Amino acid sequence: MIELVWLIPIFPLIGFLINGLFGRRFSEKTIGWIGAGSVGASFVVAVSIFLELLNMAPGTRSIQKIVYSWIWSGDLNVPIGFLVDPLSIVMIMVVSGVGCIIHIYSIGYMHGEIGFRRYFSYLNLFVFNMLILVSANNFLLMFVGWEGVGLCSYLLIGYYYEKKSASDAGKKAFVVNRIGDFGFLLGMFLIFTVFGTFNYVDVFAAAPERLTQGGNLVTLITLLLFVGATGKSAQIPLYTWLPDAMEGPTPVSALIHAATMVTAGVYMVSRCSVMFAMAPVSLTVVAIIGGLTALFAATIGITQFDIKRVLAYSTISQLGFMFMACGVGAFSTGIFHLMTHAFFKALLFMAAGSVMHAMSGELDMRKMGGLRKKLPYTHWTYLFGTLAIAGIFPFAGFFSKDEILYYALQKNMVFWIMGAVAAVMTSFYMFRSVFMTFYGKSRVEPDVAHHLHESPPLMTVPLMILAFLSLVGGFVGIPVIEGAQRFSNFLSPVFAPAKAIIEHGAHHAGHHSVTAELVLMGVSLAIAILGLLVARYMYITSPETPGRIVERFSGLHRLVFNKYWIDELYDFLFVNSIVEFSRFLWKKFDEAVVDGAVNGVAAVVRTFGSVLRLLQTGLVKDYALSVLVGAMVVIGYLLLR
Amino acid sequence: METILFYVLAAVTLLSAVCVVFLRRPLHNVLFMILTMIGLATLFILLHAEFLAMVQIIVYAGAVMVLFLFVIMLLNLEEISLPKEPRPLRWGFGVILALALVVVLFPIFSHFTPSVMGKSLPGAVGNVSNIELIGTELFTTYLLPFEVASILLLAAIIGTVIIGRKLKD
Amino acid sequence: MVTLEHYLVLSALLFSLGMVGVMFRRNLIVILMSLELMLNAVNLSFVAFSRYLGSIEGQIFVLFVMVVAAAEVAVGLAIAVAVFRQRGTININDISLLKW
Repeated sequence: MIELVWLIPIFPLIGFLINGLFGRRFSEKTIGWIGAGSVGASFVVAVSIFLELLNMAPGTRSIQKIVYSWIWSGDLNVPIGFLVDPLSIVMIMVVSGVGCIIHIYSIGYMHGEIGFRRYFSYLNLFVFNMLILVSANNFLLMFVGWEGVGLCSYLLIGYYYEKKSASDAGKKAFVVNRIGDFGFLLGMFLIFTVFGTFNYVDVFAAAPERLTQGGNLVTLITLLLFVGATGKSAQIPLYTWLPDAMEGPTPVSALIHAATMVTAGVYMVSRCSVMFAMAPVSLTVVAIIGGLTALFAATIGITQFDIKRVLAYSTISQLGFMFMACGVGAFSTGIFHLMTHAFFKALLFMAAGSVMHAMSGELDMRKMGGLRKKLPYTHWTYLFGTLAIAGIFPFAGFFSKDEILYYALQKNMVFWIMGAVAAVMTSFYMFRSVFMTFYGKSRVEPDVAHHLHESPPLMTVPLMILAFLSLVGGFVGIPVIEGAQRFSNFLSPVFAPAKAIIEHGAHHAGHHSVTAELVLMGVSLAIAILGLLVARYMYITSPETPGRIVERFSGLHRLVFNKYWIDELYDFLFVNSIVEFSRFLWKKFDEAVVDGAVNGVAAVVRTFGSVLRLLQTGLVKDYALSVLVGAMVVIGYLLLR
Repeated sequence: METILFYVLAAVTLLSAVCVVFLRRPLHNVLFMILTMIGLATLFILLHAEFLAMVQIIVYAGAVMVLFLFVIMLLNLEEISLPKEPRPLRWGFGVILALALVVVLFPIFSHFTPSVMGKSLPGAVGNVSNIELIGTELFTTYLLPFEVASILLLAAIIGTVIIGRKLKD
Repeated sequence: MVTLEHYLVLSALLFSLGMVGVMFRRNLIVILMSLELMLNAVNLSFVAFSRYLGSIEGQIFVLFVMVVAAAEVAVGLAIAVAVFRQRGTININDISLLKW
C-alpha cells in the first residue's frame, strides 16, 4: 500500500480536473460529492498506509517513493517523490480527513451559491497542493505545494471577487506571503549550495557533518526558512493577512486559514527539526516569535466583535503556541497541537459558519445572543470546540496545550508565562464569543430573527464528527502515564536526531518529574477555568462590566481594538513607499519613456502618412495618370541613356 | 495626290478628335467621334486595308457609336447636371503631357523598326484580295485566338446583362 | 510622298488626345469615348505597319482589338448606366470609394 502513496494527491487532482473541466453539465450534488469523494478516497489510502506503518518496526518507518524524475540538469536533480514517515502521514491524514469533512459541510453551506463548481474545483486543487506539500520528499516539490496552496488561498479568499474587500484581502494575502516565500526560497538556495541536493533524507543526514553546531550558516538557513514559515503561518510580523482572509467563504477559512494551510509553516519547521536543533539562536527566535504572537493575537482577539475575526486571531495565537513548542524543542508536541487545533478550529469555524448561515450572513456578535435554543446542534458543537481550545479536561486542547506549557517551562520560565497568559486570554475570548453568541438576551434584529433556523444535516453532521474528535483527539497523547503518549512515540523516530542534538547541547537531560507535571496540569486547567469564569462574569452575570472597563481604559482599548494600528503602520512604512515608487515608475518611466517611445514612433508614422495620403485621391484616373507619367519617365530614361 | 489626300484626312481626323476630347456636350462628342471613325476608315483605304475600313465603319460608326448615343439618350442628362470640366490650367497640363507622350512614343517606333523608316510605299501585299488574305490567316494561324475572341464577346454579353439589370430592393 | 512616319505621328497624336480625354475629362461617357480613340490610334499604327512591312498580321490584330473594344464598350456603358442608377451621377470625381 505504501507503494501507492502517489494516489493520495492524485485523487483530489482528478476531482479538480473533472469539476473544473466538465463540471458545467453536473448538478450541484454531483460536483459536491465528486469533490468530497476524491478527498475521502485520499483519506482512505492515507489511513491504510498509516495502519501499514504501525505494523512496521518504529525505526524503519521512513520510506521514499520516487514516481518521476522531474528536473534532471547537471548537479540539480529533483524527482517527484514522496516521503512516507510518521510526520508526513499524520499531516496527510489531518489534511485529507479534515478536508473531507469540510468538503461535505461545504455542500450544504455553499448550496445555491453562484460559482459552486468554481468553489469545489479550487478546494480540490487546494487539497492536492496541500498533500503535495506535506508528502513531498524534497524541498523543491514542497515549495510547489507551498506556492500552490498560496494560489488556492488567494483564489478562495477572493471567491466573492465582486466585493472589493474580498479581492483586496486576496491580494494582501498573496503579497504578504510573497515576502515570506522570498525568505523560504533563499533558504532553499542556501541548502542546495551547501548540500547539493534537495532531498530531505540526504540533507538531514548530511547536516551534522556539513554544518557546524550553532554556526552562522545553519542559523542563517533556518532563519530564512522561518521567514517563510512566518508568512504562511501568519506569525509576527507577517500575520496581517490572516484576519482579512476571513473574507472568503467560511469553510475556506476553516480548511485553509485554520486547519491546514496555515500550519504548513509548523510542518516545515518540524520537518527541518535537525537543522533548527543545530541552531539554538534560531530556535530561540522561533520560540520568542511564537510566544509573542500567541500573546499579541490573543489581546486583539479579546476586543473583536466579528465572530470570524475572533477565530482568526485565535488561529494566529494558537499557531504561535505551535511555534513556541517547536522553539523549545518539543516538535512532536507542536505537531500534536497542530492536529488537535485542526479539529477544534475547523469545528469552531464551521459552527460559526452555521451561525452565519442562520443569521443571514450576520457576523457581529453584538447582534447575536441567546441563539442556543434556536441552534441546538451548532451551540453544542461550538461549545465543544471552545472547551477544547480553552484547554478544559478532557478535551483535545487540554492535552496538547498542557504539553506545550510543560516543555516551555522546562526551557524557560518566560516562555511559560507568555503561554499561560495567552492561554487565559484564549479561554476568556472564546467563552466571551460563546456567551455573546449563544447565551444571554437575544439582540438579534427582528427580520433576521424571523428566519433563524438550524442548519441542514449536511452541515451539522460534519460538525458533530469534529466535535467528537475534539473531545477524544487528545487521548492519543496522555501525559504523565508512561507509554500513553502514543502520539509523540509514533513521531519520535522523525524527531529523534533533533532531540539528540538538543540534549547533547544542553548537557543535562530534563528530569521527568511526575509531580511537577501533575501540578502543571492543574495550573493549566485552572487557567482555562479562570478565563471561563471571567468571561461568564462579564457577559452573563453583569453584562455592563465590559463597557465600564472599556471606558476606564479607553486609550488602551482603542489601541487593541484597532489591532495596534499595525496595518496602518505597515501601510505607512512599506506599502505607501512602494506604491509611491511604483507610481513614479508608472508615471515617469512607463508613461513618459516607454509609452513615449512607442507613441512617438506611431506619431512620426502618422505625420508622414497624413502627408502621403494626400496622394490617394481614390480616383482611378489619377492612379492611371501616375502610372503613365512613371512609364514615360522610365521610357525617356531608357531612350536618352 | 495621295499626299494631299493624306494631309486632308489627317487634318479632319485630328480636328474631330480634338472636338471629341474638348467639347462639353456628349452628343457633340459622339457625332465628332463618328467623323473621326470615318476619317480613319478612309485612311485605312489609303493603306490598302479595304476590309478593315468597312469593318471600321460598320462596327464603330454603326454599332459602337449608336450604343453611345443610346446610353446618352437613356441617361438624358440636363445641361446643369453635366459634370464640371477642369479649368484651363489643368487642360494646359494635359496638353503638355500629351505632347511629351508623342515625343516619347515616336522614338520607340524608330528604335524598333528602323528598316522601313522613311521609305516610300511598296506595292500591295500579294496579289490576292485583302479579304481573302485576312480570312485565310484568321481561320488557319489565328483560329484559336479567333475562337477565344468569340468567348470574350459572349462573356461581355453576359456581363452587360448582369450589370445592366435592375437590382431588386 | 507619304512615309510610315506620317502615319505614326498621326497615330501618336490621336493616342495622346485620347489619353488627355481619359485623364482629364470627368464625364464617364466621354472617357469611354476617349478610350475608343486611343484604341483606334493603335489600330492605325497596326494597319500602317502592316502596309509598310508587307505583312497581313497587323490587320488581323486590328480585328482582335476591335473585338476587345466592342466588349469593353458594352461592359463599360453598362457600368456607367448602373453607376448612374445607383448614385445619380456620371462624374467620376464623385465615384471615389477607393479614397483612404
